[in-house]
Amino acid sequence: MKFQIPIGPQHPALKEPISLRMTVEGEVIKDADLRLGYNHRGVEKLAESKSWIQNIYLTERICGICSHSHATCFVQGAEKLLEIEAPRRGVYLRYLVSELERVHSHLLWLGVAGHEAGFDSFFMYTWRDREVVMDILEMISGNRVHYAINTLGGVRRDLDEAQKAKILDGLKILKARSEYYLKIGAGEPTFVGRLAGVGMLSRQQAMDLCTVGPVARASGIARDVRKDDPHAFYDEVEFDVATADTCDVLGRAVVRIKELFESYKIIEFVIRNLPDGPIAVKAPRRAKPGEVVSRYEAPRGENIHYIKSNGSDKPERLKVRAPTLANYAATIEMLRHGFIADIPLIFAAIDPCICCAERTAELVDARTGEERIVRFADLRRLAASRQAHSNKRNVAWPL
Amino acid sequence: MAAVKTLLYLVVYPGLLFLFVYSTFCEWFDRKVYARLQNRMGPTHTGRGGILQPIADFFKLMAKEDIVPDRADKKLFKALPVVGLAVVLTAALLLPLWHYQPGASTFNSFQGDLIILLYLLSLPTLILFLAGWASTNAFSIIGGTRVLTMLFGYEVPLFLAVLSPAMLAGSWRLVEIAAFYQHRPYLLLVNLLGFAVALVCVQAKLERTPFDIPHAETEIVGGTFTEYSGKKLALFRLMTDVEMVVSAGLLSAVFLGGFGGGLILGFIQFVLKTLFVIFLLSLMRALTSRLRVDQVVAMAWKYLAPLAVLQLLIVILVKGLVL
Repeated sequence: MKFQIPIGPQHPALKEPISLRMTVEGEVIKDADLRLGYNHRGVEKLAESKSWIQNIYLTERICGICSHSHATCFVQGAEKLLEIEAPRRGVYLRYLVSELERVHSHLLWLGVAGHEAGFDSFFMYTWRDREVVMDILEMISGNRVHYAINTLGGVRRDLDEAQKAKILDGLKILKARSEYYLKIGAGEPTFVGRLAGVGMLSRQQAMDLCTVGPVARASGIARDVRKDDPHAFYDEVEFDVATADTCDVLGRAVVRIKELFESYKIIEFVIRNLPDGPIAVKAPRRAKPGEVVSRYEAPRGENIHYIKSNGSDKPERLKVRAPTLANYAATIEMLRHGFIADIPLIFAAIDPCICCAERTAELVDARTGEERIVRFADLRRLAASRQAHSNKRNVAWPL
Repeated sequence: MAAVKTLLYLVVYPGLLFLFVYSTFCEWFDRKVYARLQNRMGPTHTGRGGILQPIADFFKLMAKEDIVPDRADKKLFKALPVVGLAVVLTAALLLPLWHYQPGASTFNSFQGDLIILLYLLSLPTLILFLAGWASTNAFSIIGGTRVLTMLFGYEVPLFLAVLSPAMLAGSWRLVEIAAFYQHRPYLLLVNLLGFAVALVCVQAKLERTPFDIPHAETEIVGGTFTEYSGKKLALFRLMTDVEMVVSAGLLSAVFLGGFGGGLILGFIQFVLKTLFVIFLLSLMRALTSRLRVDQVVAMAWKYLAPLAVLQLLIVILVKGLVL
């Protein structure tokens, strides 16, 4: 029996709205379709009406988990346009927060993966230990989620000796716990049984579909902006790009746990080699006309900001390509011929940050398939009218 | 006098009232153990240590809006929770709680009551399947088919595992089996393998992690229960709780030597032994992740069924050579 099941836009496995429509035969997925555009926020348009400094805090709010990634990616580009360079100490502190954020994001993902696989104990434990890194971030920046540590030309807060010692203490706990999670994640039979061989994506496919981040690395492609295009101190510090060649969800989990250890190495390097000096320089109000592409390795993969300046105190255009968007095409491929039971795991394995990747909304008439551009007032009228809601059940959604 | 006794048996102990209170207590115990194993507090608010939380949950659900979907088979949809609860409550009457001494057959203790009890415990599974099917929701239907698919996996090993101690005892009456092992407690060790198999099967029957596949939240929303709400959902949840108590009671009667020693001592034994079984079930729930339905069936036929047959073989050898 062939029928369609809707995963989303509202579904317990999804924390944000997206629509995955599966054509299934029994438990096996025959075809998958993915629809975006349920959460258009107009961030890019808004950025054009804000000044350079205000935009740091706007871009930080693109994502609630990799908030620092977007802010840093924007600041990197803006600093080039403003023709300033952050002092060494400022750069070190900025990327210290980056690595701490990667740790918190990966621990969060591990918990989510556990939950999606029905392993709630794993979820509870990883999220408990994630509090350690959250506390460190709060100590450094004053905030748990939106750190607001970046500013044009450096960072806003300095680090003292006592704080350094506390970070190193926290790292000790985190390292011990991460080793335990590597043991569980790659050893507990029921958990491995659920992850191994699920959501296969060969090296060639991963390459063809332009995957980024842990998804690409789990398929054996050592792609990492920190190594390929080293900025800040990444060419001085010793770290490896964690890869796996199993090409499945298990590989993506192992890659993320291994990256935790690489991040601990980098954090330790930063703490031990933190240079003296100022943490920021003064930035001019206006940028020179020009354009810049800024790349940054977010926890989920390569994050790209394109910024264009026309010489005023505001950017003329800001384009954000969140890493999740790059992995959607591969997700469809991974879902095909899988089981219904694997949908949440495969989808979670790209660590989707759906609202970060939403840039446009398209209005399609469900009955005729016609695409329209509608004013907001008309849209409200349409939603309010009963006519629009009647007989909704028999409307087919063509794949 | 006999009528009063029967009525007391049906309504108070071990009938409706006792089962309601005890099954909610067991749910609290399970939730608390599960939470503590996960480094959480579990229920704390209602009653001392949150002990009344399941009862509060039950009454809250009873008061909630009750929706029947337009396209559902309405009669079946409404009847199933009541029938399900009735079936497991009937099953509970067969537990050797009052009739702990073997004697003449009565309506709740007779030769073959073990089979009836197992049969009554299989019925809720079918009821869950029908509930999913009658809801006519894509998620419910998938949940319903998963219920049946799993049934093919664990049912045979469960029957084999539970029947082997009965064969050793030479009786298919729960009271006699329990009495047999009370006289020779060392023989309980023979059945350890069967106890392990039966525990796993009971976990699957109760649809708890790693076997919570029919209502796997992250995959198929509520599974069989997706369309159920209010009173009907409350009854289904009570059904699952009572089923847990009955299954734990069955395992303790067959594998842990029953509840002998009179009313008071027997009651204490019942509580301790069922809680021990439920503790083991909670432990399993906390330590594993959800399997896929094909993995469950494969595991059941590759490992559980052969182990159950091995247990049968051990019992036959022990019976022939030792006894």
